[in-house]
Amino acid sequence: MSAADIVPTTGLPAVEVHDLTVAYRSNPVLWDVDLRIPEGRLVAIVGPNGAGKSTLLKTVLGQVRQTTGWVQVFGETYATRRSWVGYVPQRESVDWDFPTLALDVVTMGLYGRIGWLRRPGKRHREIALACLERLGIGHLAKRQISQLSGGQQQRVFLARALAQDARLYLMDEPLAGVDATTEKAIMQILRDLREEGRTVVVVHHDLQSVPEYFDNVVLLNMRLVAAGPVDEVFTDENLQRTYGGRSTILTRAADAMFASKATRKE
Amino acid sequence: MNDTFVILLVGCMVASSCALVGTFLVLRKMALLGDAISHSVLPGIAIGFLLTQSRSSLVMVAGAGALGVLTVFLVERLQRTGRLYADASIGVVFPALFAVGVILISRYASMIDLDLDCVLYGEIAYTPWDLVVVAGKTVGPRAVWVTGLTLLLNLVVVGLFFKELKLVSFDPGLCEALGFRPVRLHYLLMALVSVTVVAAFESVGAILVVAMLVVPPSVAYLLVDRLILMLISAVAAGCIAVFAGYGLARMVDGSIAGGMAVAAGGLFILAFLFSPRYGLIATWIRGRRATGSSAGPNSVL
Repeated sequence: MSAADIVPTTGLPAVEVHDLTVAYRSNPVLWDVDLRIPEGRLVAIVGPNGAGKSTLLKTVLGQVRQTTGWVQVFGETYATRRSWVGYVPQRESVDWDFPTLALDVVTMGLYGRIGWLRRPGKRHREIALACLERLGIGHLAKRQISQLSGGQQQRVFLARALAQDARLYLMDEPLAGVDATTEKAIMQILRDLREEGRTVVVVHHDLQSVPEYFDNVVLLNMRLVAAGPVDEVFTDENLQRTYGGRSTILTRAADAMFASKATRKE
Repeated sequence: MNDTFVILLVGCMVASSCALVGTFLVLRKMALLGDAISHSVLPGIAIGFLLTQSRSSLVMVAGAGALGVLTVFLVERLQRTGRLYADASIGVVFPALFAVGVILISRYASMIDLDLDCVLYGEIAYTPWDLVVVAGKTVGPRAVWVTGLTLLLNLVVVGLFFKELKLVSFDPGLCEALGFRPVRLHYLLMALVSVTVVAAFESVGAILVVAMLVVPPSVAYLLVDRLILMLISAVAAGCIAVFAGYGLARMVDGSIAGGMAVAAGGLFILAFLFSPRYGLIATWIRGRRATGSSAGPNSVL
């Protein structure tokens, strides 16, 4: 990456969430969350199942309406900052039998820039191909997406995010169910993005790898337990508070670690 | 114009319109919603007809379009309450609206020239004789105009919004994140389905139109790997079904609409069995080859 590719800093928090409560049919999913994610960091959001991690991302994206509170992206509403934000949904959220090619999926990352009614052109397909190549799967550009392995599909999603050329990336479990090689490749891309001055926020399941992979961590279980640099807030005590009562905590955390290891081995 | 030519032309234009919108219905797993709309537009058609006493009126098309959108709106409202399964919400809404249409038509059938059988089962055999007269001159069969304009509308909308419809069908989450308004695109598609269905009433009727909406796109889905090719193949499959169905109906001296739906079903069976990539036989052969030649690495994976 040349110096020209480095994103200028804004001096604003990438994400700021204030007093946020989200409820589905009067069941709270997020409760009174106050959060500031500094820019230029690689950030993990961790917490047990149903802790509201995906909901937090979707609220930042304006896809889930909050009951109270507000969310800002680089000091503005999401709608204003839309072009600054890249989103990687969970891999299972789309139908991989859809009749389309890997390259087409990556080109979708450019649709925002292309705008309503206009068609992607040769230039856009070249950008998309370059993004696939950066993920090491340029040779799969013309494959129909159902013929890709899970890891390859996840790389296609990452390539699409690169095509979005965003300052802030919100990724919902990009490392779920991928093989060890893919995990390494994806983490390298995420680190590159951070080196370019971008902010990457990742919903993450594997507690063990948090200190190795991430700068900051957000511990969430409906309420915000703690958020900050990993070496300050990723403590046993905070993990216990995130993953439940004292009696069950150790087994649950162990289960989580065991489960994520098992999926990584696949 | 030759009668057979008119029938085939109308059939092909209806099949093409249905294939275009039907492809998106199938990909968005909303085939049942297309079926629902094809029924629930009936009261809109009846009211439009009662108001204007004419079958070619824009009021009728507008009435049907409004009922189609109302159907989608009611179904979504019901679903969002979370008290009913999605498919049950569809099943509650469309028969009620359809039945209102049936009552309206049967009640006023004696006063108006709108036959329930025609609406339900189609009347494509009569289309060549129902002519449009403008300023004392006949300008061709009415159905040719109606279905032709509908096809043009479908081509224009799908052509203009191809990228947006593709995005919302594949990944509504990204669609919304990029600011492309999935809800509006959804209603645009449903309005298009409603209008298409009204035109399709001319040829295949309310019951069989779902065969045109769902079957040709399903055939195409089994044959090709890209959305644009799926649209083209669905149109082709629909037109083949029209020709084959007409021949079949002639052979057995039966309903033309029925023949077309049966032909579409036959095409689907062929694709299901013989599609080179996703067909039953190709999959079976590939499976045998894989287990036969390389049992080692496959069993490990």
